[in-house]
Amino acid sequence: MATAAAKHTIVALVENKPGVVNRVASLFRRRSFNIESIAVGPSEAPHLSRMTLVVDGATTAVDQVTKQLYKLVDVVKVSDITEEDMISRELALIKVKATASTRSEIMQLVDIFRANIVDVAPDSVTVEVTGDQDKIGSLTNLLRGFGIREMARTGRIAMVRGVAGATRAEE
Amino acid sequence: MTGAQILCESLIREGVEVIFGFPGGVVLPLYDVLPQYPKLRHVLVRHEQGAAHAADGYARATGKVGVCLATSGPGATNLVKGIANAYLDSSPVIAITGQVARPLIGKDAFQEVDITGITLPITKNNYLVLKAADVASVVKEAFHLATTGRQGPVLIDIPRDVFQEEAEFVYPDKVNIPGYRPTLFGHPTQIKKAAKLINEASSPLILAGRGVILSRAYAELRALAEVADIPVVTTLLGIGCFPETHPLSFGMVGMHGMTYANKAVQSCDALIAIGMRFDDRATGKVEAFAPKAKVIHIDIDPAEIGKNVRVDVPIVGDVKRVLEVLNRDIQPAKHTEWVHQVEAWRVEHPATYIRETDQLLPQYVVRQIYEVTKGDAIIVTGVGQNQMWAAQHFWYDKPNSLVSSGGLGTMGFELPAGIGAKIGCPNETVWVIAGDGGFQMTIQELATLAQEKLALKIAILNNGYLGMVRQWQELFYGRRYVATPLSGPDFAKVAEAYGIVGLTVTEKAQVIPTLEKAMAYPGPIVIDFKVVGEENVYPMVTPGASLSDVVEEPRREVPRWRQPQQSTP
Repeated sequence: MATAAAKHTIVALVENKPGVVNRVASLFRRRSFNIESIAVGPSEAPHLSRMTLVVDGATTAVDQVTKQLYKLVDVVKVSDITEEDMISRELALIKVKATASTRSEIMQLVDIFRANIVDVAPDSVTVEVTGDQDKIGSLTNLLRGFGIREMARTGRIAMVRGVAGATRAEE
Repeated sequence: MTGAQILCESLIREGVEVIFGFPGGVVLPLYDVLPQYPKLRHVLVRHEQGAAHAADGYARATGKVGVCLATSGPGATNLVKGIANAYLDSSPVIAITGQVARPLIGKDAFQEVDITGITLPITKNNYLVLKAADVASVVKEAFHLATTGRQGPVLIDIPRDVFQEEAEFVYPDKVNIPGYRPTLFGHPTQIKKAAKLINEASSPLILAGRGVILSRAYAELRALAEVADIPVVTTLLGIGCFPETHPLSFGMVGMHGMTYANKAVQSCDALIAIGMRFDDRATGKVEAFAPKAKVIHIDIDPAEIGKNVRVDVPIVGDVKRVLEVLNRDIQPAKHTEWVHQVEAWRVEHPATYIRETDQLLPQYVVRQIYEVTKGDAIIVTGVGQNQMWAAQHFWYDKPNSLVSSGGLGTMGFELPAGIGAKIGCPNETVWVIAGDGGFQMTIQELATLAQEKLALKIAILNNGYLGMVRQWQELFYGRRYVATPLSGPDFAKVAEAYGIVGLTVTEKAQVIPTLEKAMAYPGPIVIDFKVVGEENVYPMVTPGASLSDVVEEPRREVPRWRQPQQSTP
């Protein structure tokens, strides 16, 4: 049974076939599962894609999410790694209003957060930041004071630390 | 070989003998090669919904896979209800649909519909086959999925030009689906725990569902019940998994279950739920379900464990394999006091009592069908009052002898499913017990029946109402009958028009001779029983109430109940 921890991180390895994302999305809609974010991309095995899902345990029965995912024939492996020692990352691109007077202040903040400036325009800079949700949230809050013009943010991707890979494709 | 030929060869490899279908533009290349495969009998339905229900009825009556076939677009969408029906009752059905030619897919071509998208949530899996070379492996996978694990329907969508494309036919020996490994053997520790719980229980109860039938675990279930002296109750779809005339059988639970069965659930100290999913019609108010019991839940689908009801000992696995192991640890026991208690409730609350009257009661008709068939028949029901009476007033001793739409509750299932059941079991007596409402939903399949010359017997319990809905309006909506009084045709004349014998029964005294005539007649026959209009199904647990709150027949007289074992089989 799932613990009552609010945010659950679930990793699913799925067959790299057309329509799989649709099957997963359809399942969540049909069962009224509340998904905060979903990130899909290649895994270490060419025939498998890796999905990382963040589920709100307060509103959704997390063990039902994993069990129902398992029932999809194209889903090969599902792990709830919330309780594991894990590394999780999100990526954000934030375009911030910048003038000659504010640009250096922004760059200082970017340095503190070990983020990068990836584009500079006369009236804006674009910041790339990776990290966990809290780090990105803090930087976003600080940058909001300068005026955020545009923001793009990925869902979480996550991996268990060390050799014991509960989320590996093989075995 | 063309894709169409590969499909036929593959179906034959899977043991398919019958296809229920309806042709159309994009499946013409397939129909064109069908005569080359005389082993594949094609049954032409009159509406694709009938094809899906017939395949489902065939599957339920025989335990084999049912196959239905439709063209693209409207043909495919007409299958949808039947696929959903099969999905909710875990019935192994393969639906084959034609699709527009590959270059036209996504162009809103004539009769194009995204049927794999539409059936995503009502199939175990579905396939759009884009190469003739893939047809064989897809068919192999589809049959594997439909018949293993938790069984269910699989749809295969094949574009017209794939039917025509040439490819080499190689039928694979095995499937390789990395994401599909159903758990068959229960966890030994959990099974030990369950055995301990059963051995220590003083009032154990078995609640058995359709999983027992799908897993063919009748002998194992019976051994468990007899060795440990445990009363058995079933869900609607579990009916027949344990002989209903057995002294330990205490009928069906749930909304229209027997009072004594529901009382047993509410009083037992160990509930052994086997191959069932705690549907709300079976549990009543979940919070008040089996309040005194430790619950053991055996099911092949892990997602069913803990979904609706808290479970103390979950066991994921194939029912038959789990029971085989479990039974080794079960100590012989006698629960005399407990069994007598449930028996006493049966005497006090006789669900199967039919009041004495000269009126033509629907329950009486069902009971007389039981008498004339001596219980040796497959009963196929519609949905609603007729279904509940068929469940209550007939004793089912054999698995697969009740064919009924449980999960989806599909009116119109009865006639096409009856056709499928009769085609699958030509040597069995098959009776359709229908209501006048549901029967009008798929009445056109009488033409299929006539064309196939099937000796199917049809009893319409004609009360002039959509009876179950009317009952709810009577009980919960102040007897305001909105859109439930229902006119219908003269069913006997309709039958005659189709070339089928049609009879009408208005008097109680005519019931037995008419049923006997039907049994003696070697062809299809439709009997219109003009039964009492406002008869209700009792006992009843009102929606949202607990199984402890059973409403019984208010007109019930002093019980003059006889043991069914003495009066009937």
